[in-house]
Amino acid sequence: MSDIALDKPLDSFDQQVAPATLVRGYWQSVFYRLRHDPVTLFFAAIVMLIVLAAIFAPLVAPFDPYKESVISRLKPFGWKDYLLGSDELGRDMLSRLIYGGRVSLLMGIVPVLIASLVGGLLGVVGGFVGGRVNTVIMRAMDVFYAFPSVLLAVAVAGAMGGGMGNGMLALTLVFIPPMCRVAETATTQVRALDYIEAARATGAGTILVIRYHVLGNVLGPVFIYASSLVSVSILLASGLSFLGLGVRPPTADWGLMLSTLRQSIYVVPFVCALPGAAIFVTSISFNLVSDGLRAAMDVRM
Amino acid sequence: MALAAASNPRLDPPDRAGPAQPLLIARDLKKHFPVKGARGKAVQAVDGVSFTVRKGETLGIVGESGCGKSTLARLLLHLVSPDAGELVFDGDAVGVAGGIALNALRRQVQIVFQDSYSSLNPRMPVRDSVAFGPFIQGRKKAEARDIARAILGKVGLDANLFGPRYPHELSGGQKQRVNIARALATDPRMVILDEPVSALDKSVEAQVLNLLRALKRQLNLTYVFISHDLNVVRYISDRVLVMYLGRVVELGPVDAIFEQPLHPYTRALLASHPSMDPARRIEEPPISGDPPNPIDPPSGCRFRTRCPCAEPVCESTVPVLGEWLDMQSHVAACHMQDPKSGHSKAGEA
Repeated sequence: MSDIALDKPLDSFDQQVAPATLVRGYWQSVFYRLRHDPVTLFFAAIVMLIVLAAIFAPLVAPFDPYKESVISRLKPFGWKDYLLGSDELGRDMLSRLIYGGRVSLLMGIVPVLIASLVGGLLGVVGGFVGGRVNTVIMRAMDVFYAFPSVLLAVAVAGAMGGGMGNGMLALTLVFIPPMCRVAETATTQVRALDYIEAARATGAGTILVIRYHVLGNVLGPVFIYASSLVSVSILLASGLSFLGLGVRPPTADWGLMLSTLRQSIYVVPFVCALPGAAIFVTSISFNLVSDGLRAAMDVRM
Repeated sequence: MALAAASNPRLDPPDRAGPAQPLLIARDLKKHFPVKGARGKAVQAVDGVSFTVRKGETLGIVGESGCGKSTLARLLLHLVSPDAGELVFDGDAVGVAGGIALNALRRQVQIVFQDSYSSLNPRMPVRDSVAFGPFIQGRKKAEARDIARAILGKVGLDANLFGPRYPHELSGGQKQRVNIARALATDPRMVILDEPVSALDKSVEAQVLNLLRALKRQLNLTYVFISHDLNVVRYISDRVLVMYLGRVVELGPVDAIFEQPLHPYTRALLASHPSMDPARRIEEPPISGDPPNPIDPPSGCRFRTRCPCAEPVCESTVPVLGEWLDMQSHVAACHMQDPKSGHSKAGEA
């Protein structure tokens, strides 16, 4: 083998073919996949609709959701102007459903966000540092795993008393351990790879390595898992309200509405089923969007 | 740019101790990994390895898988800290008070790994991976990017074309070039190449080897080249160190090692290397079985369990490597090399 001539530029011996496909970054390719996934787009539209309705509830709702009326109690769909009927205190169901979405979405998203931050951070630190620190963090999380998640939420909310704040806190506590575990697993996988070692070889400290090389690779799995937890959180929050451990009456909330209307199921069955349907549609939409995201983000890198 | 200065050997500013001082001295390096669940047991990955790397040379390190080559590479960078032994870099002891700081060492020694895929962050455009080193070492982001562009050009990749790409959009050879660029971006004096071409196609391997040789001359680098491929080691190395089960068995100039191997292990290794000549087919494997378990290595000479010339003395006494400080010396840790060892074939070989 002969050495190459040094007076020639080095790139002359490697044919550099122009890229056949457009060079796309990671997020660009994720969006490209999402745009070609009609199911996910459809359910994302529903989610957007629910979110927008909740945000602009005062503008969208036809009536005041708290205005009671003795004469118009438990009316069926389309009675007078009550498009979706009325509840046991004569309040407009449509308005209450729209307002109820506010609470449900808040209870669905806020606990997951906080849990992702706290659990994610704990998991990344534990996974990256490893050793005793990791053992302490993960065994502490395992303690929470000993309880079924619904039972844990009920127990925490029950112990602290009802109300929206306590309900959110209870849900956050329920979601921190699984979030932590997902982040820890992803971090442990990344930590063993050579580019972490190469980064350390340049003299980068732990925090810089985590910031530039770990977080980006852990964010994906954490985000996907968090998006799937939103629907679980909405369900659990409704469950708490149903049991009287979440928001208090007269606040409009799907779980609470389901609970108070259940005595009237033989009078206006379809009206009584509405809050349940709302919970179902919202949570399945979030679930399917999360599935779509997972598929789109599972780019082979 | 610092690179331009470094490319001229007479103007090598970081050189502290002069050309006679070896760039790296490793003395009696030891690293034992404790085995979980077995008290007191440890994988003796590197067990008392000593050698020197002269300025500007390429030291090849060969050995079977599991003999401690990669652990040794990580020890040299203090990516794992040694249990015992010392490292002296250009006259300064590493990791002791008054010596060279770890960060300064890491600026001057860099590493290229075998697996070009896992050694690049999949979520980072390759130019950012290359620019990371200079950035960490205090350059501004724009400066670091300029360095990355220049280095990518040096390893034969057009920075405009390849810089913004992600690792999965590059071929194995291109990725390995990026890894080389990443190692060179901090303007090191020594590069540890841990099987840099083992995962590449033969044609790409030749390109990368030539690139490495050219870069070495241009940038006045010193290489520690780890490989299990004897052809590659012979092509690129000035001196060769043969490892077996965590210990050095033979050390010497490349031609001496390949033409007159002293240690039975080196001979077996060379003989097991397939011949290009069909008339000289290898009928019997010159060495059989797996290396013994490094948790519980054989007493005395570690090769004795597979050695055709093993005698009682090999079991009772650890052979010493002999005097090797002279750069031209060719030594082997074998009792047959030592006339006073009591081995029946001592002094014959």
